[in-house]
Amino acid sequence: MTDRTPAQYAITPLWKMRLRLLARTSRQNWSLFWESRIGPVGLLIIGLFLLAMVAHPILISTVWEPRVYDPVMGFDRALIGRHPAPPSWSHPLGTDPIGRDVLSQLMWSARSAFALGVTAAVISVVIGTLIGAVCAYFGGVVDVVFMRLADLVMLFPFIALLMVLRSVLPLTLIRLALILGALSGLGGITIVLKSQALTVKVKPYIEAARVAGGGSWHIIRRHIIPNIMPLTFLYMMFNVTAAIFTEAVLSFFGFLDIRMSWGVMINTAQQAGYLGAFGHYWWLWAPAGAAITLLCFAFYLVGRGLDAVVNPRLRRR
Amino acid sequence: MLRFVGGRLVQIAITFFLFLTVVFFLFQAMPGDYTKQFIMNPRIPPAAREALKVRLGLTDSVWGQYVNYVRNVFTGNLGLSFEHYPREVWDVIKERLPRTAILFLVASVMAFVWGFPLGRYIAWKRGQTLDYTITVAGVLFYTIFTPLLALMLLFVFANQLGWFRTGGFLTPRLWLTPPSSPQSIFIWLAATLAGLGTWAVLARFATRRIGHPRPRRLAQRGLVVVGVGLAGLGWWASGLGPFAWDIVWHMFLPVLAVTLIAFGGDMLLMRDSMLEVIREDYITTAKAKGLPDKVVRDRHAARTALLPLVTSFTLSIGFVVSGGIVTETMFSWKGMGLTYLNALLIQDYPMAMGCLIFTGILVLVAHLVADLLYAVLDPRIVY
Repeated sequence: MTDRTPAQYAITPLWKMRLRLLARTSRQNWSLFWESRIGPVGLLIIGLFLLAMVAHPILISTVWEPRVYDPVMGFDRALIGRHPAPPSWSHPLGTDPIGRDVLSQLMWSARSAFALGVTAAVISVVIGTLIGAVCAYFGGVVDVVFMRLADLVMLFPFIALLMVLRSVLPLTLIRLALILGALSGLGGITIVLKSQALTVKVKPYIEAARVAGGGSWHIIRRHIIPNIMPLTFLYMMFNVTAAIFTEAVLSFFGFLDIRMSWGVMINTAQQAGYLGAFGHYWWLWAPAGAAITLLCFAFYLVGRGLDAVVNPRLRRR
Repeated sequence: MLRFVGGRLVQIAITFFLFLTVVFFLFQAMPGDYTKQFIMNPRIPPAAREALKVRLGLTDSVWGQYVNYVRNVFTGNLGLSFEHYPREVWDVIKERLPRTAILFLVASVMAFVWGFPLGRYIAWKRGQTLDYTITVAGVLFYTIFTPLLALMLLFVFANQLGWFRTGGFLTPRLWLTPPSSPQSIFIWLAATLAGLGTWAVLARFATRRIGHPRPRRLAQRGLVVVGVGLAGLGWWASGLGPFAWDIVWHMFLPVLAVTLIAFGGDMLLMRDSMLEVIREDYITTAKAKGLPDKVVRDRHAARTALLPLVTSFTLSIGFVVSGGIVTETMFSWKGMGLTYLNALLIQDYPMAMGCLIFTGILVLVAHLVADLLYAVLDPRIVY
């Protein structure tokens, strides 16, 4: 950067300075993320899934005849009586027991997986951050209540309870995302973010802000939350993994009201009795299972990569 | 210490009560009641259905039913199972709970025995190719879709190689004329496992004072081998050996599945925790004193790094129990998870509620044990 006189700094608008700072920190963070080596791999896999998600509607509107390739309603008449058909040129990953194209289902389901994972994760970290910051800042009764609640929520076997809840209200994708987000937001995340917020709270600049006349909400909003944000982002990644996994398990057992997802695909194969035949009908369970595993894997890797950025103690230097 | 345990027990009692309440109202919120099942059955007239309602106590108000339910649970009455009709829910649970407990206990211990040293090792070798490879493998095991892992294990070991059975608890043909009930043999098996575990720990303690590492390790392993040999001899002498072996044989794959999943988590956490501890000043001091690398790693760093592992065990237990439903279903291992799933599917509500309650108790007890373990491991914590 070229040398400037103080006067020149003074005329640089604030937003420009902020932008420049942001660019610099993100460049630093990116290089740390890149150095972790596993983070970028995860990002690459997520990118591939996004590509598949985008490609599906394009394929449907160009090459794939919707009547044959629709992930839910499709049926291939040419292969009647031979479903589930093994992989062929027209069906690269074969067809399922009721004659639908497996590859099309696989690509289509990426959308619901992303929607569910991201929604649940965002809700949980928003709740976790708010409660964590408030608990750390105010302490007292609020703190005790929410911490005990977190203990309680963490003890609950989620999946087992959701299985019962499903007969009370049908679990659609969006409802499941809301419930999972709320439950995990009230649980472990709150405790982690609160302890982080506690370390921020004792910093001198918080004291300075208070002396300068900043109200409680102002301090929480402008000073505490931005400083626990990196950790929040990290936990978001881990939560995406958890949400996708839970959805897959629940729909594998057929407990969800979702028309198509990777878990539903395996459930379809199981309902029709093809899981017991193992290797013979591998395309009914292996691609869907691999997709669930890979996406969870990818988000977890990104989370670990971010961990190297956020947690200075994990760095090499 | 006693005060701490006492306080913890009070907390556990409150938590358990809340859990019970949630479970009750969740089931209460389901539309209709059990007698609605017979609404289409012409052989059960409305009068009979009303009589059944009265008998099951469904005519009370919701609060009346709730009070009744809580009183029954605390007096140990969980009702009769609809599926196994004349049997009590408690009787069924008594049979299934040990199976789940043993499955997870054995798997947790094995996961720890593998994950702890491996995590310690790769943290020491950080940044090398080996570190990245093992870390990625660990993440893969940790995030793998459980049914997929189960299917692959079954496909390879049961279907292709034929080493193990595809599921179940025992081979029916062998048990046509059993000398003793499978349940009692299983309990004896569990006792043997517990005894061997204690024996191994004791052997470690007894040989602690042997100065040189090589004879120490030799003595430890020798003692463990002797213990295993004695146990095997005992089973062989009792004539129940083949039956016990049959159960162990069936247990192998589910234990392997749970171990692999838990192992990934243990190892990754140990690695991260070690990396943090390694930067502490006292590790630098230990190195500066000229202590060998291995001593610094195992005696100084690893012990402190162990603490988060214990915490995570507590935090993950709810998740593990939920995961148990998947594992037990895939391997037809008749434990609590499979029983719960079945009960839900065929609307055997007393059974399902009983399973949930005991799952809750299991989780709470594990929570308490982890807390106590924490106190033993961390000398700074005095209760």
